[in-house]
Amino acid sequence: MLWTWPTNRYGSVWNELDRLQRQMSRLFEPFAGGQGNIGSFPAVNLWTGEDQALLTAELPGIDPDKLEVTVKDNTVTIRGTREREELKEGETYLRQERGAGTFVRSIAMPFKVDDAKISAQYQKGILQLTLPRAEADKPKKITVNAG
Amino acid sequence: MAGSAICKRESETPARTERAQQNPVFTPRVDIRETETGLLLVADMPGVDESSVTIDLEGSELTIRGTFVPKTPEGYTLSYQEYACGDYERAFTLGDTIDRDQIKAVVKDGILRLTLPKVKEVQPRRIAVNVG
Repeated sequence: MLWTWPTNRYGSVWNELDRLQRQMSRLFEPFAGGQGNIGSFPAVNLWTGEDQALLTAELPGIDPDKLEVTVKDNTVTIRGTREREELKEGETYLRQERGAGTFVRSIAMPFKVDDAKISAQYQKGILQLTLPRAEADKPKKITVNAG
Repeated sequence: MAGSAICKRESETPARTERAQQNPVFTPRVDIRETETGLLLVADMPGVDESSVTIDLEGSELTIRGTFVPKTPEGYTLSYQEYACGDYERAFTLGDTIDRDQIKAVVKDGILRLTLPKVKEVQPRRIAVNVG
């Protein structure tokens, strides 16, 4: 791997705590009220490879046309809407657990993204972004000559 | 708003059988809508498709299951994780008014839609009034 994700440097225990804290705040989100949870949905996983990264997010039942992905330097923003299915006349909900609404999430990548080569795929309710590292951002190899 | 109600939840109640796998099991979020002709059940199951969903009807218990095998993309390592991947499972008890032979299921974009029609006898009928 050519870069390290910032949290890695604290070692795995801190990573774990970080993750726990995130999960806790996610848990209490509904009580935060109002705009409390803007910016933390959808949950994302980041996979890093040699020269690019994969960002995945679970977004079931979202019209891909209503998903907007933008990149600026090293920040990736996912914006979208999940429409609420309107009830027809004479229909009632016996149970309603699925949420709907608009969401925005920005994720800072540990490198500058080549916005021309970014690709997005939406399959089975999962959004996957392939984020190549910008050429200019890649580390240069310097050959060491023997004196 | 959207956030917390779209994220899946890990199963709270243990399944009736002990699991021999390590992957977590999630309880899909579900909407159940009653229409004049039956019920419409909509479940969020990101990552599953028609080949990985099974629907079993045993007596009056309807169980929906989705298997999702997490796989590592080749050449990548998981460096940051906010959500886990695993199977889905949830059971429902059907009333006698559901026509068990007419249940239909469709999966699209990680959403399972089950149509559970009511038996003909309980569907509302309008009786035409004729002029005497």
